[in-house]
Amino acid sequence: MSKTVRPVDATTGGTEPALLQVRDLKMHFPIKEAAGLGRTKKLVQAVDGVNFDLKAGESLGLVGESGCGKSTTGRMITRLLTPTAGQIIFKGTDIAQMKEKDLRPFRRQLQIVFQDPYSSLNPRQTVSNIISTPLRVHNLVKRGKELERVQELLERVGLNPEHHNRYPNEFSGGQRQRIGIARALAVEPEVIIADEPVSALDVSIQAQVMNLMEDLRRDLGIAFVFIAHDLGVVRHFCDRVAVMYLGKIVEQGTRDEIYGAPQHPYTQALLSAAPDLGTIRGVPPKERIRLVGDVPSPIDPPSGCRFRTRCWKAEDICATQEPPLIAQAKSGPGHAAACHFAEPKVDLTAATA
Amino acid sequence: MTTPAGDEGRKDLQDRKVGQETMVGTVPSDGEVARDARNPSIATRERRSTTLTPSGETPYLVVEDLTVKFPTADGVVSAVNGLSYAVPLGRTLAIVGESGSGKSVSSMAVMGLHDRKRTRITGSIRLGGDEIVGLPDSELMKIRGDAVAMVFQDPQSSLHPLYTVGNQISEAYRVHHKVSKDVAKKRALEMLDLVGIPNPIRRFKQYPHEFSGGMRQRAMIAMGLVNDPKLVIADEPTTALDVTVQAQILDLLNNLQKEFGSAIVLITHDLGVVAEMADDVLVMYAGRCVEYGTAEDVLARPRMPYTWGLLESIPTVSAASERLRPIKGLPPSLLALPSGCSFNPRCPYKDRVKGERCITDLPELLPVDGAGAHTSRCHLHDKASIYEAEVAPRLG
Amino acid sequence: MLYFVARRLVSALSVVLVTLIATFTLFFVAPTDPAAAICGDRNCTQQRYNEIKRNLHLDRPKVQQFAEYTAGIFAGRTFETAGVKQKCPAPCLGFSFKNDRPVYETLKTRLPVTVSLVAGYAVLVLTIGVFVGSLAAKRRGTMGDRALMTSTLVLSSIPYYIVALMISLYLTILYPILPRSGYTPLTENPGKWVAGLLTPWLVLGIYNCTQYARFSRGSMVETLSEDFIRTARAKGLSDRVVTYKHALRSGLIPVVTIFGLDIAGSLAGAIFTEKIFDLPGLGNLVIDSLNNYDLPVIMGTVLVASVFLVMMNFIVDIAYSLIDPRVRLA
Repeated sequence: MSKTVRPVDATTGGTEPALLQVRDLKMHFPIKEAAGLGRTKKLVQAVDGVNFDLKAGESLGLVGESGCGKSTTGRMITRLLTPTAGQIIFKGTDIAQMKEKDLRPFRRQLQIVFQDPYSSLNPRQTVSNIISTPLRVHNLVKRGKELERVQELLERVGLNPEHHNRYPNEFSGGQRQRIGIARALAVEPEVIIADEPVSALDVSIQAQVMNLMEDLRRDLGIAFVFIAHDLGVVRHFCDRVAVMYLGKIVEQGTRDEIYGAPQHPYTQALLSAAPDLGTIRGVPPKERIRLVGDVPSPIDPPSGCRFRTRCWKAEDICATQEPPLIAQAKSGPGHAAACHFAEPKVDLTAATA
Repeated sequence: MTTPAGDEGRKDLQDRKVGQETMVGTVPSDGEVARDARNPSIATRERRSTTLTPSGETPYLVVEDLTVKFPTADGVVSAVNGLSYAVPLGRTLAIVGESGSGKSVSSMAVMGLHDRKRTRITGSIRLGGDEIVGLPDSELMKIRGDAVAMVFQDPQSSLHPLYTVGNQISEAYRVHHKVSKDVAKKRALEMLDLVGIPNPIRRFKQYPHEFSGGMRQRAMIAMGLVNDPKLVIADEPTTALDVTVQAQILDLLNNLQKEFGSAIVLITHDLGVVAEMADDVLVMYAGRCVEYGTAEDVLARPRMPYTWGLLESIPTVSAASERLRPIKGLPPSLLALPSGCSFNPRCPYKDRVKGERCITDLPELLPVDGAGAHTSRCHLHDKASIYEAEVAPRLG
Repeated sequence: MLYFVARRLVSALSVVLVTLIATFTLFFVAPTDPAAAICGDRNCTQQRYNEIKRNLHLDRPKVQQFAEYTAGIFAGRTFETAGVKQKCPAPCLGFSFKNDRPVYETLKTRLPVTVSLVAGYAVLVLTIGVFVGSLAAKRRGTMGDRALMTSTLVLSSIPYYIVALMISLYLTILYPILPRSGYTPLTENPGKWVAGLLTPWLVLGIYNCTQYARFSRGSMVETLSEDFIRTARAKGLSDRVVTYKHALRSGLIPVVTIFGLDIAGSLAGAIFTEKIFDLPGLGNLVIDSLNNYDLPVIMGTVLVASVFLVMMNFIVDIAYSLIDPRVRLA
């Protein structure tokens, strides 16, 4: 279990080259804290060594609770944040530390859709303006043809093309999220990072937006990194799932592996904690694992395995040795878990999570 | 990879699983956990299958024909229209609906929290037999926080950031009890311990920002329950929390209800939470009750297209790779509700009703099987067969 | 908390030191030669000029002069003019060029006037301003609220010195409704102290009260819509407790911030006020000494004023941390 183990190489399965490769990505935010008369600098280890691959047209889910670093990871991939360390290899080029002016062509191909449809659109710009700005910036449309393209995009995301000169406040939450998606689509990206795209929406609207994103994936072949805390939504949308805890990926695998036979205790707890709609329809109640306490601070994470403070399997080795993210004994290819005592557990998943 | 000890731990878990049916409410508070370090508890809540009003006694909370309107510059917003429900002691009613359905507004009315200058409330709200609609504020103040308490959605913003948690809890006690600060402090420490906050004495002196999200919601619950309320209104109590913490808080609410036998009104949009917590369910749409019954009735035998739509909007296991079937369109504006059934512009089944009844007549809230407590507001004749034949298979 | 106070104190002292250096530098970069200013224009011989320079130690290296000046503040120093030794006791800020009295003596008589003025002003704006603002926030949309907001708008669009001049002219001189302004030390006769300062206080206070009322209204309106206010009401607290305990405490935070900044402004305002109401305070002193090019007095005044400001900001900081515990961590 040396630190030189490259876990992800083991998980990459097929031979098809990945569109996006993330290698040992780290984001440490310095913070200042009062200590005595002076201040001490500390590091928030928001993301601490994340590895994954994304193939063209694929959809990868990043799941975890608040503070696990999933959104920070998304922001680094789109280079809204510059990583402290690590590589983001997009089509063979490492963009992790690239300068702003060289980044521009990559920015076009890596787009992000934000969680809050209310604050992520400029309230003083018309929809037409919001969508056509990226078109102009990247010189994608001839002069005079912008409106045509904007209307085409609005139609694509299921909005009335005649509403192009309205302002964001004239739209509902779900419609605003569609505008956000249209903005991302405008530049014909190859990857969309969707950061909790539906968690601010009502259930019925959430399903509409989910369907829209599925259509885009199918019709345009866009790859998605889908960041969410809602396990049901991720299962519905993603081919592969990575579960994050305190800045690290603790388990990674295909949807069926993660939901059907999770290996890591945290994944198991997460799946079993989701409220269960099935019991009421006569499905026998599932086993429930109740974690105690809260997620520790990323400023001073536990030694060894970061989950050990809440883990019922934890032993001495967990405090001293960090378990690498590797394929486990009973798992299929591409399924990896970072646990000394990994063990598949079936039948945890609620009928609807 | 697995050590013998690891196997042992696992066996332990499985042993417990065998006895899980009887292990209701074994979720330990954090205080106990300190002794039983890190062991997760395994619990399943029993379903309390009973009728809507179990015994002959009058329910503690009775709401009848409640209407809440807000006059605004754009016109009158009809937030709640003719809502009726009842919650007996010891039972949980879940009010389900999307934003703008009136679920929070109706509960704020029960607390008497609406600004009376900007709100018009009619109908009747009786608490333990006493009418509270039309009571002056000075009378309502005596009820708020004492007989009825509220737990809010976001504990981060619902606790005062500048007062210590202990101060806020003892204040809630002293409003309704003429006691010294020391007595109130003792009571607050008791409550912190009860809701599973470890080390209450240290926590008492801390500010909300020094608490984690889950701990804050526990403190909020401690504050709500400090006066032993007969009715607790929990407004999306776990929406702002992570899923593992949500499970802890739901367990806590369940256990406390068992201990104190209070009535709970749970406002939520999450049907999973409803399934785990509720005895009775009321589905609201555009300010009206559209379906009402026991949790089994509403979730397993729903009889209203809107409820079907909600259930179908949730991604399910068996249909994981299929398309979701969302409800088309948007909820109506409360300034101008559609004529007839409020759901008719979004309803995929309205063609199956003869004539234009869905557009012209507001359906009554009627028993789904001609009699009984399960009611729904829909003109469809063959609701049961449509559900069984078309909707249920899609739900998997 | 103790560490917090200590840290603030250290930073306050460093600000004073920087001010000290800045004022001293001012002394040398000023466009006029101080020795020439003392010497006068007509009968200033080269010999007398050099002698003045020597007496004032202006011929010594600047760093040494600064050290002597600073040491003088703490230990006092002795000047020698034409063989006559003149003792300047600590805290020594030098002698006035004009009347040869120690600057500190002058400041000692002037400072209390300005402090009284500013203190009264602070009490007025913080009590009446905040109270009226909260009341307006609680009853927002009513006639009283609108009347208040309109009057603040009207009042704040008239320049301050016009308001002050008019009131001074009409209400104290032509129609003596208000007492004539003047200064009597508080220790001597508290009644007269109040009477003499009443008009300037009212003018300065009421003029700025409107701004504070407006500001605290905005802050309170925002606070009253917070979730924790709803929680407080849900506990069964009375409206009065909700407004003046729960809401006011958070509503005060931005007001205190503004107050910290505004104190500097009120010192500048004091110059006008003292001139208009003829009060023997620092403001008047600074104007006179600027006219006379009385450098030691100017330096002394600037120094004292800045120490006063730093102290006020220190107090505001501490007040801030008492209101908001989260500040202590930052």
